[in-house]
Amino acid sequence: MKFELPKLPYDFGALAPVIGKETVELHYGKHFQTYITNLNNLIPGTKFENADLETIVKESDGAIFNNAGQTLNHNIYFLSFSPNGGGAPQGKLAEAINAAYGNFENFKKEFVAAGVSVFGSGWVWLAKDAAGKLQVSKEANAGNPVTKGLVPLLGFDVWEHSYYLDYQNRRADHLNALWQIIDWKAVEARY
Amino acid sequence: MKRLIFPLLLMIGWALPATGQHKLPDLPYRYAALEPHIDSLTMYIHYNKHHAAYVNNLNKVLEAYPEWQLKDVTELLAHIDKLPQTIRTTVRNNAGGHYNHSLFWEMLAEPGTTRMSSRTEKALIRDFGSVEAFKQAFARSAMGRFGSGWVWLLQDRDGKLSVLSTPNQDNPLMPFVARDMRIVLALDVWEHAYYLNYQSQRAAYVEAFWNVVNWRKVDEVLK
Ligand SMILES: [Fe+2]
Ligand SMILES: [Fe+2]
Repeated sequence: MKFELPKLPYDFGALAPVIGKETVELHYGKHFQTYITNLNNLIPGTKFENADLETIVKESDGAIFNNAGQTLNHNIYFLSFSPNGGGAPQGKLAEAINAAYGNFENFKKEFVAAGVSVFGSGWVWLAKDAAGKLQVSKEANAGNPVTKGLVPLLGFDVWEHSYYLDYQNRRADHLNALWQIIDWKAVEARY
Repeated sequence: MKRLIFPLLLMIGWALPATGQHKLPDLPYRYAALEPHIDSLTMYIHYNKHHAAYVNNLNKVLEAYPEWQLKDVTELLAHIDKLPQTIRTTVRNNAGGHYNHSLFWEMLAEPGTTRMSSRTEKALIRDFGSVEAFKQAFARSAMGRFGSGWVWLLQDRDGKLSVLSTPNQDNPLMPFVARDMRIVLALDVWEHAYYLNYQSQRAAYVEAFWNVVNWRKVDEVLK
C-alpha cells in the first residue's frame, strides 16, 4: 500500500498564532512527508507490503514501526485542528470525559500535565478502551495507543519540532494554547 | 540590543532559586561566538532555559534526599541504579541533562580557533580508517538517533575509539549504557539544539558542528 499525505482542511497559516504558518509548513511538508516517504521505501518486500497502517503499527518494530507510527500519529494530529475550533466536546464524548475526569477543565489539566511530563520526544494521547472508557496515554517517540489495544482519539505532539519555532522551550504554553484550535467534531467522530 | 539584554536576563536567571549543590557552569564564550553554525538565540535558550532547567530540577528532586545531595553529578550518574526508585528516573534525566550540557559547551569553540592535533588525527585514522570515515560514522549515528538524544566519540581502556548514540539524556557514565568509557566528543541531537537555525535539517546541523568542535579539548581528553 502506498501511503500519502492527507489533504489539510485548512491553510498553512490558518492555525496562527497557536501554531505558526512556518511550523505547519515544516511539520506537515517536511517531517510528516519524510515519515511517509520512509515508510513507503521500507515496506516493499516485507510482510507489511499490503497491510493497512494500523496493522503495521501494531506488528512492526524498528525503523518500520518508527515511520508507520509517526505516519499514523500525524494523520490523527493534523486532522484534529480547525481555525474555528476550540470550545468543548459534546454528546457521548463529553459524557465519557466527565465520567473519567469529573469535568472538561480537569481533563485538560491532566492531559497537559501528562504532555509536559513526557521526557524527550513523544506524544500524549486521549484514547478509549473497548468499553468506551477513556484514558490518557503517554507515548515515547513514535508511540500510539493502538499498540495497547486502545483507540486513539486526540494526540498532542510533544516532539520539539511541533512547537520550537513558536514557543521554544515553553512546551506547557504550547499545549495549553492547542485547546483553542481543537476540532471537537473530528475528535467526537473517532469516539 | 541583544548584547545588552542577554547579560541582564542572565543576571535575572541567576537570581532564581538555585539552592542546592548543582550549579549552571559559566559558558566559556559569548552566545554569538559559534555563529553562524550555532546561532546566539539557540545558545541563549539552550543554556539559560534547557540546561538551567536540568540543574534546577536536579536540585529540587534531591532536596528530600540528603544522602545524595552532596554527591558530584558524575557520582550520581555512575550509581544511578543505586538511587531510590522514587527519584531514579528524574535524577537520570536531569543529572544526565546537566552533565551532558556542561560537557557539550566545553567541546565547542569559536570557529577557526582550534585545530585537530596530529595525535588526534592519528588516533582517528587508526580506529576509523580516516578522519573522513570517522566524521561519516559520527554523522550516521546522529542521523540514526530517532527522537531526542546524543552522539558520543568514546575511548575505551585500551585507547580504542568508537561512536555511540544514546536516547534522551542518557550518557556513557551510566552503568547500563557503557563501562569504563572516556567521552572524547559529544553532540546534542535534541531538536532544541538546532531547530531555530536548521529546522528539519539535522544533517546540516551535524555538518556545521565540525566548524565549532573544540579540537584542543579533544586532544586534552584523549589518552
Ligand atoms: Fe511531529
Ligand atoms: Fe540540549
